[in-house]
Amino acid sequence: MTMEKRSTREALGDGLTELGRLNENVVVIDADVASSTYVKAFADEFPDRYYNVGIAEQNMVEVASGMALAGKKPYAVAFSSFLIGRAYDQIRCCVAMPNLDVKLVATHAGITVGEDGSTHQMLEDLALMRVLPNMNIFVPADYWSARNMIVSSYKNDKPLYIRLGRPEVPLFYSPWDEFHIGGGRIIREGSDVSIVACGIMLFEALRAADILARQGIEAEIIDCYSVKPLPEELIQSSVRRTGCCVVAEEHNGMGGLCGAVAESLGINYPVPLRFVAVKDRFGESGTPAELQEYYSLKYREIVGAVAQVWTTRRR
Amino acid sequence: MQRELELKLRRIAVEVRKDVLRMISMADSGHLGSAFSCVDIIVYLYFHLMRVNPQLPGWQERDRFVLSKGHACPSLYAVLARRGYFERQELWNYRKLGSLLQGHPLYTNALGIDAPSGSLGMGIGISCGMAMALKTDFPESRVFCLVGDGELQEGSCWEALMTASHWKLDNLYVIVDRNGLQMEGETETIKALEPLKEKFEAFGLFCLETCGHDFPSIYETFAKAAQEKGFPKAIIAHTKWGRGITLAENGEMPVKASLSRNQVTLLLDELSKESAALSEEER
Repeated sequence: MTMEKRSTREALGDGLTELGRLNENVVVIDADVASSTYVKAFADEFPDRYYNVGIAEQNMVEVASGMALAGKKPYAVAFSSFLIGRAYDQIRCCVAMPNLDVKLVATHAGITVGEDGSTHQMLEDLALMRVLPNMNIFVPADYWSARNMIVSSYKNDKPLYIRLGRPEVPLFYSPWDEFHIGGGRIIREGSDVSIVACGIMLFEALRAADILARQGIEAEIIDCYSVKPLPEELIQSSVRRTGCCVVAEEHNGMGGLCGAVAESLGINYPVPLRFVAVKDRFGESGTPAELQEYYSLKYREIVGAVAQVWTTRRR
Repeated sequence: MQRELELKLRRIAVEVRKDVLRMISMADSGHLGSAFSCVDIIVYLYFHLMRVNPQLPGWQERDRFVLSKGHACPSLYAVLARRGYFERQELWNYRKLGSLLQGHPLYTNALGIDAPSGSLGMGIGISCGMAMALKTDFPESRVFCLVGDGELQEGSCWEALMTASHWKLDNLYVIVDRNGLQMEGETETIKALEPLKEKFEAFGLFCLETCGHDFPSIYETFAKAAQEKGFPKAIIAHTKWGRGITLAENGEMPVKASLSRNQVTLLLDELSKESAALSEEER
């Protein structure tokens, strides 16, 4: 892992601009957050294909739906709290139900939004999107995965939610890595415990794995970037080898990646399982680093959770 | 408007109302009064104004129709069937398990349904998106969005109207089915919409009013609206809830009526009389 850092939202501007050059059908609908989402790059290069509908997320999703119905490839961009929270009924009725080719891209998801506090720290979006039939969900961990997911999303014609964060995170993937709907990736092999993580928690999982290795526990880490559909086979085959599992995400521990993995393993191959996630609380103001500590979203909690599941692992 | 055309449209509208009545009575559910108030407008659009081709429902350059008041879909379904998008037989499956014709419209291009609806307040926004895309790709294509009056209490409608005027979507027509009623009573008692025309104008739309049941008046209004370049159009169509059924028009029928077989026969008789009167006029 290089220590160079870039935010996943930065990938949004670059990814969309690259897409815009590749295809003239791509349009971007924005709810007045072009600067903070880096969409401004697209707006500057393609002013005719950029629509800022103002502070009106419901309208943004409706407009994106209408654009898709008229044959465009719309990308609707806003902060996660307001895109997913404010416009939920629109996403449900105008995108998911008619199964339209609308990409919903949200930045500023999770607790690491920081100082803005609870209204702006979306911790329920994955749960809300997961339960919508037809919806697909990507949670990239770094700049390159985010960028490649955005650029390749053009190739499918499905409703897709891409969840991006605000802070800078280490560069992990390369510009050539590919990501697929329903995919996941083993980024560290191990035989003793499966750690399923997405987004910023992937890096915490890697740090945890180093510490665990020193104690003789080899962790297998899965980047579960496709939260829906879940890469069930990948997770199950890992858990069948390790016999225990820890899930880590920057989201409420209900209904998101934790819920998805618990549902899948509970039905198919029950093993001792622990979550490292936000414990049914709203966020609050603070620096991203402080909040990550305060909300127990660090490698330490992963190490602790692994210790618990490993002692009772299924053999 | 030519007398011949008017009579043709009126005849179709009566037949559509009969179909809608049958559909709702066979499904034993549905919004009769609200469907009846907008029959004439939908008939006018599909049988005169809109450039569509039932043989090519996906024709990109076609005009679009968005039924924002999705609960009135029996009228849209009956019109689409009569216009040749699908077999009239399919109408009798409305609201039945496995039917293509859901209780509120699913987007089904093959059937000629241009947009999904059912959750109120989203149609104008969807229409804006369509109109924006069409403006660049097919400038001749227009989008006609029919909204209920009660529905305008949804804030998303006004977000959409701001979008429409900001982008000068003069290919967009927002038609209000102004029947004055919503689920729990009169719009003006529950949450007043008036002065509605002034509201549309304040939001930057070119607004006209018409009687929503009088074809010559509808014809003239659309003709006048079409001349206005650079503005989205709002047309307030004054209508009667349950138009064509005296009981409903007089407010003596509940909003969600379950109709007995006898009642349906009586109501069909009433519509048949209208149809007979039309034949008289034609002679």
